[in-house]
Amino acid sequence: MARSSSPAIVADRLAAAYRDRLIWRDATFTVNTGEFVAVLGPNGSGKSTLLRLLLGLLPPAAGDLQVLGKRPHRGNSDIGYVPQRRNIDRDLLVRGRDFVHLGIDGDRWGVAMGNTASNHQRVDQAIRSVQAEAYADRPIGRLSGGEQQRLLLAQALAGKPQMLLLDEPLASLDLRNQIVIAELVAELARANALTVLLIAHDINPLLPIVDRVLYVAHGGVAIGKPAEVITTEQLSRLYDAPIEVLHDSHGHMFVVGLEAESAHHDA
Amino acid sequence: MLEAYLAAAPYFGWDLVRVVQELFRYAFMQHAFEAGTIVGLSAGVIGYFVVLRSLSFAAHALSHIGFAGATGAVLVGTAPIVGLLVFTMSAGAVMGALGQRLRGRDLTIGLVMAWSLGLGLLFTRLYKGSANPAIGILFGQIFGITSQDVAVTFVASAVTVVLVLALYRPLLFATLDEEVAEAKGVPVRGLSIAFMVVLAVAVSEAVQVVGVLLIFALIVAPAAIAERFTTRPSRGLLLAALLAVLFTWAGLTIAYYLPYPVGFFITTIAFWSYILARVLAPTLSLPRERARELRAREEQALHSP
Repeated sequence: MARSSSPAIVADRLAAAYRDRLIWRDATFTVNTGEFVAVLGPNGSGKSTLLRLLLGLLPPAAGDLQVLGKRPHRGNSDIGYVPQRRNIDRDLLVRGRDFVHLGIDGDRWGVAMGNTASNHQRVDQAIRSVQAEAYADRPIGRLSGGEQQRLLLAQALAGKPQMLLLDEPLASLDLRNQIVIAELVAELARANALTVLLIAHDINPLLPIVDRVLYVAHGGVAIGKPAEVITTEQLSRLYDAPIEVLHDSHGHMFVVGLEAESAHHDA
Repeated sequence: MLEAYLAAAPYFGWDLVRVVQELFRYAFMQHAFEAGTIVGLSAGVIGYFVVLRSLSFAAHALSHIGFAGATGAVLVGTAPIVGLLVFTMSAGAVMGALGQRLRGRDLTIGLVMAWSLGLGLLFTRLYKGSANPAIGILFGQIFGITSQDVAVTFVASAVTVVLVLALYRPLLFATLDEEVAEAKGVPVRGLSIAFMVVLAVAVSEAVQVVGVLLIFALIVAPAAIAERFTTRPSRGLLLAALLAVLFTWAGLTIAYYLPYPVGFFITTIAFWSYILARVLAPTLSLPRERARELRAREEQALHSP
C-alpha cells in the first residue's frame, strides 16, 4: 500500500487571504500519507479556504505548500473533492449514476466515446463501495441527505484519487447518519490508502476514527491528536480567549466558550 | 368562414402518401418543414441544458432583446436575423459572464426585457413601411421562409448542435456540480459564456419559427417534458430534440389545413404535452411508495449493528 513514503501535505509558514483580508497565517504542519485528519474550527475561520488552497483554487498569500509532492494546481486528478452544500435542488432530475460518472470523465470535451465499458465498471464499483446500488438510478434531487452524500462520495472516488477533501459531509445529517457516513469514509480510506481531510463541526462522531485534528481558529492553525489539541489550555491559547473543554462519561468532548468567538468570524 | 374554407380545402385522409404529397406540394411548405426540422433539433438540444441550468427566463429574455435587434435591423435595411444574432449574442455573452450572479436577478432581467420590447416598438414606429415585419418577429413567420433563410438556419443550427455536443461533458459537469467541476479544472466561467452565446444563436433561429413571444414552446417545453421521462442526460437531450421536431411538424401540418396561425398550434401542442407529461411523470411517480421504502430502510439500518 506504500504509494509514497513522502508526506501527503506539507505546509510551511503558510498564509491564506481572501481578497485583501488575511484569514490565517504561520500554518506549519505535515499530513502523512494515509492519515485521517478532521478539520475543526468556528464558522468563517478559514477551513474551506484551506481546502481551496490544497485544490489550487486559491494561491497561498505567503509561505509554501506541497500537495502529494507537487505545488497545488487546479484539475489535480489525484484529489477527490466533495464541497460543502446545503442540499441538491429537488428538481434536479438526473440519475445519481450519471452524477457519479462525471467524476471520471466530466472534465473531458465532447460526448463519451470509446472505453465506455470500463468507465461504466468504474462507476458501478464506486457506487458499490458506498453501498448506494439501491438508489443510484433515481433522480439525485429526490434522495435523502445521507444518500446524496454517499453518491457525492462515490463521484469523488470514481476518479481514483489518492486524497479526499470533504467539506462538511456530515452537516445536515442526523446523528446516526453522521456516524454511518464517517465510518464509511474511514473504511474507504483504509481500503484505498487515502489521505483524508474532513471538515466537521462536531468532533464526537469522528473521535473513534480520526488520527489527528487540525484546528483552524483566530487566524492560526494547530494540529495534533484530539486529546492533545482539544484541551482547555491549547484552545484557550489558540483563540486567545478563555475556552473550556468538558468531557462526558462516554469520552465525548464539548468545547464551551466559542459562541462569542464564532460570531466575530462569521462572514 | 370555416365551412367555406374546408370545402375548398386540400386533401386530408387516411392515404398517408397522398397527405405527405399534399403537404409538400408548395415550396413554402417544403421550406417550412426544412427550417422547422432544423430549428426543432437545435432548440431541443440546447433546451435540455436551459432547463437543467434553470435559465428558461434568461432564454425568454434573450428572445425579447432579439426583438429590438430584429426591428432595428429592419429599420436600417438589413435582414432581421442579422440584428437578432448581434443583439442576442452580445446580451448572451454578458449574461454568461455574470454567471451565478444572474440567479435570482429576475427583476433586472425583466427590466432589460421590457426595455428591449420598448426599443423594438420605437424602431417599428420609425420604420416607414408596414408593421408586418414586427408582427412576424413577435409571432414567427415560418410560412414566409425562403430557401436562402433555410440555408442560413441550417448553418446556425449545425453550429449550435456541434458546439453543444463538443461541450457536452464539461457543460454537464459544470451544470450539475459547479464547484467540483471547477476544482477538476473545468473552465466554468468560459463555459457559461460559451453556452449563453450558443443559446443566443438557437434563440435567434427559433424566433423565425415561433417568434419572440412563443419561444418557450420550442426551447423550454420539450426539454421540460423530456426531463420527466428520463433521468439520463444523453436520452433527455435526444428526447427533447425529438419532441421539438414533432411539435413543429404537427403544428405545421395542422396549420396547413386550418386557417389559424401555426404559432398557436405549436404552443398549444407544447402546453398540453407538458400537462400530460406532468400527469404521467414516470421519473417522479413514486414519491409515496418511495418515502415508505426509505423509512423502512432507515429503520432497518438503525436496528442493525
